[in-house]
Amino acid sequence: MAGGIKKFVVGSFDDEAVLFPAVKNVRKAGYKIHDVYTPFPIHGLDHAMGLRETSLHTAGFIFAATGTTTALSCISWIFTKDWPLNIGGKPNFALPAWIPITFELTVLFSAVGMVLTFCYLCQLSPFIKKHHFHARATDDLFVMAIECTDKTNDAELQSFLEKAGAKEVNVQVAETGWWIGRYDKEQKLYREEKGY
Amino acid sequence: MSLLKYESQIREPLIGGEKNYHQITEDIISPIEMKPSRLWYIGFFISLGLLLFGAYSVYREVTYGIGQWNLNKTIGWGWDITNFVWWVGIGHAGTLISAILLLFRQGWRTGVNRAAEAMTIFAVMCAGQFPIWHMGRVWMAFFVLPYPNSRGPLWVNFNSPLLWDVFAISTYFTVSLLFWYSGLIPDMATVRDRAKTKLRKLLYGVASFGWTGSTKHWQRHESLSLVLAGLSTPLVLSVHTIVSFDFATSVIPGWHTTIFPPYFVAGAVFSGFAMVQTLLIVVRKVMGLQDYITLGHIEAMNKIIVLTGSIVGCAYLTELFIAWYGQNPYEWYAFSQNRANLFSPYGWSYWLMMFCNVVSPQLFWSSKLRRNITVTFFMSIIVNIGMWYERFVIIVTSIYRDFLPSSWSTYYSPTIWEIGFYLGTFGLFFTCFFLFAKYFPVVAVAEVKSILKTTGENYKAKMTETDKMDAEKFYIEEVEHAH
Repeated sequence: MAGGIKKFVVGSFDDEAVLFPAVKNVRKAGYKIHDVYTPFPIHGLDHAMGLRETSLHTAGFIFAATGTTTALSCISWIFTKDWPLNIGGKPNFALPAWIPITFELTVLFSAVGMVLTFCYLCQLSPFIKKHHFHARATDDLFVMAIECTDKTNDAELQSFLEKAGAKEVNVQVAETGWWIGRYDKEQKLYREEKGY
Repeated sequence: MSLLKYESQIREPLIGGEKNYHQITEDIISPIEMKPSRLWYIGFFISLGLLLFGAYSVYREVTYGIGQWNLNKTIGWGWDITNFVWWVGIGHAGTLISAILLLFRQGWRTGVNRAAEAMTIFAVMCAGQFPIWHMGRVWMAFFVLPYPNSRGPLWVNFNSPLLWDVFAISTYFTVSLLFWYSGLIPDMATVRDRAKTKLRKLLYGVASFGWTGSTKHWQRHESLSLVLAGLSTPLVLSVHTIVSFDFATSVIPGWHTTIFPPYFVAGAVFSGFAMVQTLLIVVRKVMGLQDYITLGHIEAMNKIIVLTGSIVGCAYLTELFIAWYGQNPYEWYAFSQNRANLFSPYGWSYWLMMFCNVVSPQLFWSSKLRRNITVTFFMSIIVNIGMWYERFVIIVTSIYRDFLPSSWSTYYSPTIWEIGFYLGTFGLFFTCFFLFAKYFPVVAVAEVKSILKTTGENYKAKMTETDKMDAEKFYIEEVEHAH
């Protein structure tokens, strides 16, 4: 992802009921929403923005399967090949007795793997510095950042946002980097959606 | 938003008072921005003192051996394993609230889940101390880890429930910690963005992992929470099941029963909720969070206490009946003489357990008592005492009279160092909890905000007007909104 200085028009809303139609109108007008920052998860906003579903749970499944295989293969190798122990003449391949550990490792691998994947995808880590468009985005404001291109008339866009119900509108310059995240590949254009 | 999102008027509001999003942030986060109160310092230093006493007790045990704990050949597991099972059990309520109630879409979990999960993590930390120090030669503790070693390689016994425990407890701790912390990241960002001093900005900046609140991140965060809840649900059931296998797979009368797994899990949830009540009743009062941890929350938890208490009672009676019905003389002796006989050396502990766990929670069938804070607080302590005695009864009354009458150990009482170790874990638990209450948001801020408009008192009040609106007009507005 190419770095560089980019310009954003930022509109802050104080009600999600106003935000939803605004997101729709902004996209309809052909502007590219860089992101919307919200203090809590808003159900349906990802769909309204045209983001695709996350496949994080698939990663979770793959990690879980890795855990199951690791546990079963390690224990069976240890108890049947490497060091078979005679425990009261019972069979060395004691699958039922290995279920608890297999289950625990499945859960452990899946949870740890998913959290790490989550942090990687969202670029979350201690000592990371990101551009925050509005300090109240984690408190009570819903902050929409729209990326300006060469063709964007930002004065027009600002008044457009104000009309859409934004309480605060301004222009900000931020350095884009790998951490800022871009979802243009994820976002569908409004007219590509069903029912348009 | 859509009017249909409003919850039924019949349901009690989960957030009291006149609230908006900013007010929620203010209410929950401002207590951790203030200087600690005198009460906090007193509590913290008492806990720290207990922790130090516990550390000294452990030092004695490591230096002089397990004999410091009055354990003998017959009673090889005394207070130590009792405390282990008790602490693990307490942890279960946190996971139940955060995971199982999330899957059941229970809105009331949002007010209490953060503190309950923190409690889980601290309780599991305390529980872990007991088997580790019980090893005696604790410097060889790493022997429980399966890795290619120069001792043969001598592997651990994967068929042993004690090893299952190692995996269960460590997985439980790790997954709980991840679940708790991933939920905490957005709230840490809220604290960071309000921070005034440089130090707070730095520390909460590090702790919040650079969270911005991006919609895509929230989408992944929701997916992560849901899957972690789905994983934690069978995990929490497996943990106490495996703990119960430590007993159930043995051949000791009173231990080798198939009822143990469900009975232990119900007991764990029971004692865990009691501990949640003990903590939250104090926290809501001291931190002024009555609007978020309402009487409704306390009542909901009391309902779970009476349910799980009754399941536990049912299990006690089943166990007793089967011991008689099974016609095994050793089994029946353990139950009729070692436990149910009030005049046997430990008979009193059995009846104390029965009273605390089975009889006393029945008070909670009355909704008036369920909503009474004082009664709830006392009950939570009684239940915790009762559940401690349950584990004591199971362990000690089963082994103090073994198969060889000449080695019967008539009376076992703990030494000061064994008690000190237990007090030390209280110190550890409360030291951690005091630090948590001072530096972390004790209520999940973002989650509470997400239910404000459906269950907040002021929003519910507005709902009456909607109810009055005639159906046709309501429909037209909805349709208009949708397009």
